[in-house]
Amino acid sequence: MSAAKANKAQPHRSPDGGRIDRGTPLSFRFDGQSYQGYAGDTLASALLANGVKLVGRSFKYHRPRGILSAGVEEPNALVQLRSGARHEPNLRATVAELYDGLEATSQNRWPSLAFDVSAINNVFSAFLGAGFYYKTFMGPTRGAWHFYERIIRKAAGLGTAPTLPDPDRYEKAHAHCDLLVVGGGAAGLAAALTAGRSGARVFLVEQDNELGGALLGEAAGAGLAWATDAASELASLPNVRILTRTTAFGFYDHGVMGLVERVADHLPQPGAHQPRQRLWTLRTKQVVIAAGAHERPLVFGDNDIPGVMLAGAVRRYLHRWAVTPGERATVFANHDEAYRTALDLADAGVAVAAVVDPRPVPGGDLLRALAERGIEHLSNHVVVRARGGRHLLGAEVAALDADGNPTEPTRFISSDLLAMSGGWNPAVQLHAQSGGKPQWDSRLFTFVPGTSKQAERSAGAAAGHMTLASALTDGVSAAGAALEALGHALKPIDLPAVEPEAEAVPAPLWEVYTRKGKRFVDFQHDVTAKDLDQAVREGYRAPEHAKRYTTLGMATDQGKTANVNALEVLARARGEAREKLAQTTFRPPYTPVSLGAFGGRDVLRHYHPIRRTPMHAWHEAQGAVMVETGLWMRPRYYPRGNETLFEAMNRETRHVREKVGMVDVSTLGKIDVQGPDAGEFLNRIYANGFKKLPVGKARYGVMLREDGMVFDDGTCSRLSESHYLVTTTTANAARILSHMEYHLQTCWPDLRVHVASVTDQIAAMAIAGPRSRAVLEKAVEGAEVSNEALPFMGVVHARIAGKPVIIFRISFSGELAYEVAAGADHGLAVWEALMEAGQDSEIMAYGTEAMAVMRIEKGHAAGPELSGQTTAADLGLGKLCSTKKPYIGHRLKERPVTADPHRPALVGLVSLEDNKRIPGGAQLVEDPKAQAPVPMLGYATSPTYSITLNKNIALGLLKDGAERMGTTLYATNPLNNTTVKVEVVSPHFFDPEGKRLHA
Amino acid sequence: MRLPCPWCGDRDLNEFGYGGDATLQRPADDAPMKEWVDYVFFRDNPRGSHREHWQHIQGCRAWIVVERDTLTHEITGSWPANEMVVAAPAKSEVTP
Ligand SMILES: [Zn+2]
Repeated sequence: MSAAKANKAQPHRSPDGGRIDRGTPLSFRFDGQSYQGYAGDTLASALLANGVKLVGRSFKYHRPRGILSAGVEEPNALVQLRSGARHEPNLRATVAELYDGLEATSQNRWPSLAFDVSAINNVFSAFLGAGFYYKTFMGPTRGAWHFYERIIRKAAGLGTAPTLPDPDRYEKAHAHCDLLVVGGGAAGLAAALTAGRSGARVFLVEQDNELGGALLGEAAGAGLAWATDAASELASLPNVRILTRTTAFGFYDHGVMGLVERVADHLPQPGAHQPRQRLWTLRTKQVVIAAGAHERPLVFGDNDIPGVMLAGAVRRYLHRWAVTPGERATVFANHDEAYRTALDLADAGVAVAAVVDPRPVPGGDLLRALAERGIEHLSNHVVVRARGGRHLLGAEVAALDADGNPTEPTRFISSDLLAMSGGWNPAVQLHAQSGGKPQWDSRLFTFVPGTSKQAERSAGAAAGHMTLASALTDGVSAAGAALEALGHALKPIDLPAVEPEAEAVPAPLWEVYTRKGKRFVDFQHDVTAKDLDQAVREGYRAPEHAKRYTTLGMATDQGKTANVNALEVLARARGEAREKLAQTTFRPPYTPVSLGAFGGRDVLRHYHPIRRTPMHAWHEAQGAVMVETGLWMRPRYYPRGNETLFEAMNRETRHVREKVGMVDVSTLGKIDVQGPDAGEFLNRIYANGFKKLPVGKARYGVMLREDGMVFDDGTCSRLSESHYLVTTTTANAARILSHMEYHLQTCWPDLRVHVASVTDQIAAMAIAGPRSRAVLEKAVEGAEVSNEALPFMGVVHARIAGKPVIIFRISFSGELAYEVAAGADHGLAVWEALMEAGQDSEIMAYGTEAMAVMRIEKGHAAGPELSGQTTAADLGLGKLCSTKKPYIGHRLKERPVTADPHRPALVGLVSLEDNKRIPGGAQLVEDPKAQAPVPMLGYATSPTYSITLNKNIALGLLKDGAERMGTTLYATNPLNNTTVKVEVVSPHFFDPEGKRLHA
Repeated sequence: MRLPCPWCGDRDLNEFGYGGDATLQRPADDAPMKEWVDYVFFRDNPRGSHREHWQHIQGCRAWIVVERDTLTHEITGSWPANEMVVAAPAKSEVTP
C-alpha cells in the first residue's frame, strides 16, 4: 500500500507535519473494520485520523464514548487488544502504540458498539444512582444480589479476561541509582542533564516511547530542538540510563521505586528471547518527580458525548500526529493557555466557531489573535450542555448572570469538536505515595506537592510550574538540590531561550450548574455531579465516604481527570470552602500494571521449584509414583505391573513387616548443633533431657512452643561431647532452625553454641524389617552392627561402598530398623550398595504410603496430630516432659487449659464395619442420629487400612480418651453423609511392647 | 522497605523474617504465670517508634533489633540482637 493511498484513507490527517513516519503505513482493525495509520501513531490518533469517534460504551449507563485525552489519564477509550492467548482488556487506546496488523475491539457493548441493548440503563438511570448497589443489595433485600448478580456482571463492567495461559515471558530487574528522574519532558530532561553532567548515577524513565513530554505535542520550536539535543547528550553519558516505555508506578518506603518497562507491547508479539515486560525494583537515593500534569475537564450537561475532548489533547493530536479531531470546533475554557488550541486549530485549517470563556474579557493579545482568525469570542459565557448522540452536533451556550449562573435562552453553536479545559492538575500521585500530603494552591485552583517525607522533590508542571521556561529552570534547581544532598558538585547547563507563553491560571469554575443532561465528573465509573450531591444529602459528606458511596475515582484510571473536580462539587454541595477538603489517598500503581509483570519468572515451577533427594533418579528409574511434600518430591509407592496404590501400599507394608525394606528419608530436617554448651542448649529447646545423653547414643525428642503446645519431634544424636545432630520433621525444618537461632541470639547469648542446617548436605535412608541387620552386616565396613555392638538407640560411624556413613539404630516403623546417613554426594552410591547387599534378603524399596501405614499402626504422632493445637500429654508424650529442668514451654503447659486432663487425647480407632474405612477428619460422636447440635467428642486424624491387622484403623483425638477405651462410637462426616461404627482402642495397634525394634 | 542489617548493610525487606516486639524480656523460669502469659500472649500495638526483632533469613541469618516508626516506617537504628539482650534474672524478682 502506498503512503498516498494510506493518507487518502485517513480523512482527518493533515497533509504534512507530525512525528509520524508517512513512509511506513500500517494496517489495523477496530471492531472488524480495516483502517490505516502510520508508524508513530497511537491507536487513538489513528482512529481519529480515520474519523472514528465512537470507541466504547460507558461502564454503567452504556453511553457512547469517544476519546477524551491523549495520554495515560484516559477514562473512556478503553479497548481490548490482540486475540487468543494474548487477548488483553482495558487498555487505553491513547497510549497503545500502533503496529501493523493490530486488532482491537471495543468493550462493554452488546451486540455492537453502535447498537447496544444495555444502553436502556441510561433511560432507567434514576434507579442506578449513587449507592444503588449498597441500597439494593446490602440492606434487607440483600438476598436479591444472588439473583441479579449475573445480569449486573454482564451489563456493567469492562473488558473480558483472557481464558488461555499467557504465552509471553516477563522479567524482573533490580538496580540502584543516585537519582531517579521520573518523566522525560522539559523539566525531567533539564534535571537529568544537570545531574548527568555532574557524574551522578542517573535513571531517567519516561512512560512514552520517546523523550520530550509535552514538547512532543507542540509545534516545532526552540524548546523541542533543545529537548532533542538534551536527549542525545543523555544517551551518550555512561552514568545515565534512559528507560522509555517505562512507568514509575509505585513509590515505596526508603526510596524503593517500582517501574514497569513495556519491552514489547508496541510489537505484534515479543521477539525471540525478548520479555514482554520487565518489572524494575529501583533503590534510589534521590528522586525528582517530573511527571507533568493532567488537564481537567469541565462539568456541564452531557460532557461525555464523543467529540468533547480536552483542549490540550486536541493540540497534541494536531502537532504530534497531524490529526484534526474535528471539522468545526468550539473551545470552552477558563484560562488563557487553552486559547492556543483555538489558534492552532484555526492555523491548521479547522473552522473554529467560538471560544467560550466564563471570565470577563481577558487580555488584549489573545483577543487580537482570535480576531485575526475570525474566531468569535464569548466572554462571561459557559457551555451548558453538549448536544448529540453517538457524536457531537454542537454546544448550547449561555451568558452568565451577576451571580455566575447561566441564563436563558441558550444559543446553539454547531460543532463536531468541543475542546474543553478547566486548568491542569499536577501529577502529585508519586509524591503522595511517598508519604507527602498534596497542598491546595489557590492560584492554580488545584493540588500541588506538599512537604516531602522522603528524598523526593517534584519539578516542572508536576510542581505547578506550568510554562516551559519555568519548568526548565525548575528542573535544574530540583536536580541541584538532589545533587547537593548527594554531595555532587553542580555543573550548570544551558537552557534555551523560549517564547513567553500564556499560563494556565484558571478562573475558579469547575462545573456549570444545570438540570440539562448528565454532568459527568468520573467518566470511567459514570459518576455525575448529581450523584455527589446525593451522597452529601445522604450523609456521605467526607471525600473518602463519598468516594466509596459513588465509586468515584475507583476505576482503573484512579480518577486522574475526576478527583479535583469531584472535591469542588462536594465542597459546593456541602456549602463549605474548598480548602477544607483533602484529597483521597493515592496508592500504587500510578497506572495499571499487568499481573504478569509482578509474577515475572516466578510462575509455575519457577514459583514452586522442586527439591529432589540424592536418590531421586533411582526412584524414577524404578517407576516410583512421586508425591510432593512441601517442595520435596518423595516416592509414594513403587507400583508393579498394574498394581493400584492400595495394592502397592499393602505389598510394601507386608514386605517390611515380614522381610526388609528401605525408604528414602533425606527430606527430614537436619540441624548440626555444636559448641561447649550444646547440651545445655538442647536441654532448654527440648522438653526432655539431652545434656546427659551419652556420646554415641540417639534419643527421641519433643519440642514445645513457648505456649506449651507441641512444636515438633524427631531424634537427636550425640556425636561427640560438644556435637549433636538434630532431626526435625520435613515440614518444620526451616522453622526449627530459625527458632533455635532466635533463642540463641535474643535470649541466651551467653551460650557457646552454633547451629547450621545440614538438610541438603546429608542423604538419609531408613532400612527396616526383621532382616535389616542381615543387610547391614553384609554392606557395612569398619563397624559392628550386632545387637550388642549397636543396641537400640545406638549410633556408630562406619563405611558403606567405601563412603563414610553414620548408622543410627532408630525406628519409625516399629521394626528392627536403622537409619543410614551419608554425604549427599554419596547418597546414591550408599543406597545402591544397600540394595545390592540386600538382594539375598529380598530387600524392597517402599514409599511414603507404606511408611505412613506403619507409623499409624505404631501410634506415632505425625503431621495431622502435630497440629499446633496438641500438648505433649494429648499425644501420650506427657511422661517424656522433664520435671527436673526448665525448657521452652514448660511454664505455659501448666495453664488450666493445657493441663486439663479431659482434653482430647490420642487414641486408636478400629472400624467395626467390614470394608468400611474411617473418614479422615470425621467427628467422633456417641449417637449420630441425635438431634443437632450433636456433642462432638473428638475427631479422626490419620485413617488407613492396615494389612498387618487386616482392619480399617485410624488415630484420633478423643475427650477422656483413656476412659473410653473399649467403648463404641461413631465416626461421622456430615459433609458426605458417611458414618462408621468404631471401637476405641490403644493407639499402639501393633507390637505395643516394642519387642520387634529391640530384637 | 529496606532494613539496615548491622552486618550486611541496607537490604530488601523480602530477605528478612519478622520476629515481633524486641523490648520483651523472657521471664525467669519460675516467674509467676501472669508474667509468662503476658510475655507470650500480650503485645502493645504502638504508633510511632518501636523496637522489633527481624531475622536476616536470606542473608547472614542474624537476628537483629530494628528501631522503626510504625507510622512512617522511618528507621532510626539497628543492632545485633545478642548485643541488646537484657540478662534475664536467674530467679524471679517477683514473689509468686
Ligand atoms: Zn545480614
